[in-house]
Amino acid sequence: MLEQVIGILSKWTIPFLVLFIPTFAYFKGVKVYEEFIEGAEEGFKIAIKLIPYLVAMLVAIGIFRNSGAMNIMVGALSPVIKLFGIPGEILPLAIMRPLSGGGALGIATELINTFGPDSLIGRMASTMQGSSDTTFFVLTVYFGSVGISRYRHALWVGLIADFTSFVASVYIVNKMFG
Amino acid sequence: MINLIWLALIVIGILVAAINGQPEIITDTVLQAANLAVKYSFDLIGLMTFWLGIMRLGEAAGLVDILAKIIRPFTRFLFPSVPENHPAMGAILLNISANILGLGNAATPFGLKAMQELQTLNKNSDTASDAMITFLAINTSCIVIVPATIIGVRVAAGSLNPTEIVGTTLFATLIGMIIALTADNLFRLFTRKG
Repeated sequence: MLEQVIGILSKWTIPFLVLFIPTFAYFKGVKVYEEFIEGAEEGFKIAIKLIPYLVAMLVAIGIFRNSGAMNIMVGALSPVIKLFGIPGEILPLAIMRPLSGGGALGIATELINTFGPDSLIGRMASTMQGSSDTTFFVLTVYFGSVGISRYRHALWVGLIADFTSFVASVYIVNKMFG
Repeated sequence: MINLIWLALIVIGILVAAINGQPEIITDTVLQAANLAVKYSFDLIGLMTFWLGIMRLGEAAGLVDILAKIIRPFTRFLFPSVPENHPAMGAILLNISANILGLGNAATPFGLKAMQELQTLNKNSDTASDAMITFLAINTSCIVIVPATIIGVRVAAGSLNPTEIVGTTLFATLIGMIIALTADNLFRLFTRKG
């Protein structure tokens, strides 16, 4: 029931907004077409401004991942996490999740297909993939769009959130389905 | 910090490739990743342009102000440095709502608009402000009610109950967000004193 309501909401929100906002503005006396163009002009500048930030970050992450350095890191860490009762198979997903959205989805899909979607590992991978975001990418895009290169503690906060979601995913899946 | 991480990713990656005797991987990756970055920015142009146009209409009609007023109790607590009824608040609310509904395509333009507005309040234009960091802490641990992509993967893999992970996902996200906001506050406390 709740899922159906949410499904309908997700489907209709955008058409509703695109109908409602301009109509409402028109009756408020806004020159809708001219005003739209003026706001829209900004969009191009912001998107283009991102390029240097994204190139820098995606190239560095790509080198780390494709060279095999990430696999070495996974290999070194998996005995440690096994001590805590966390299956080593999901570690690559935990490390990839903040670095690369596409890479993480690939690993999650592989785990779900290898172990089965309704296995413990399949459920952990699903929960982890859905419960956090690609922190490095989000920070690069959002800060890049306003020309900020000093992140202060933003990266730490994002990585702490990812780590917490990872641990919470393992805990709750064990508790609910284990 | 970001300088060191960035350099470490590159240096370690190239060393590993060198030890494995596969320097050509690096050359290929540089080209691919750089192209991907440009492609992402170009893919964003259309959406950004459209949604910022719509947002301007919302601002001109006073809708963004109304939204900002409704969520004031909540934002005053989370973003004490942002003045009441500032346009950043409307954009932040739209970004978070779009994220919750899983509308990633609309969430990014609203989020970047929010960053532009927060930047107008920022004293050091090359340094992240407190409000920006809090906003991104919420944004990166974004609550999604229906994680549609992963449910799709589960359906394709033949799950008997593809949506059973909705509850566990919500739990893990909420814990992540609470810890992120707590950490953000602690960091702020320490940097103030230091």
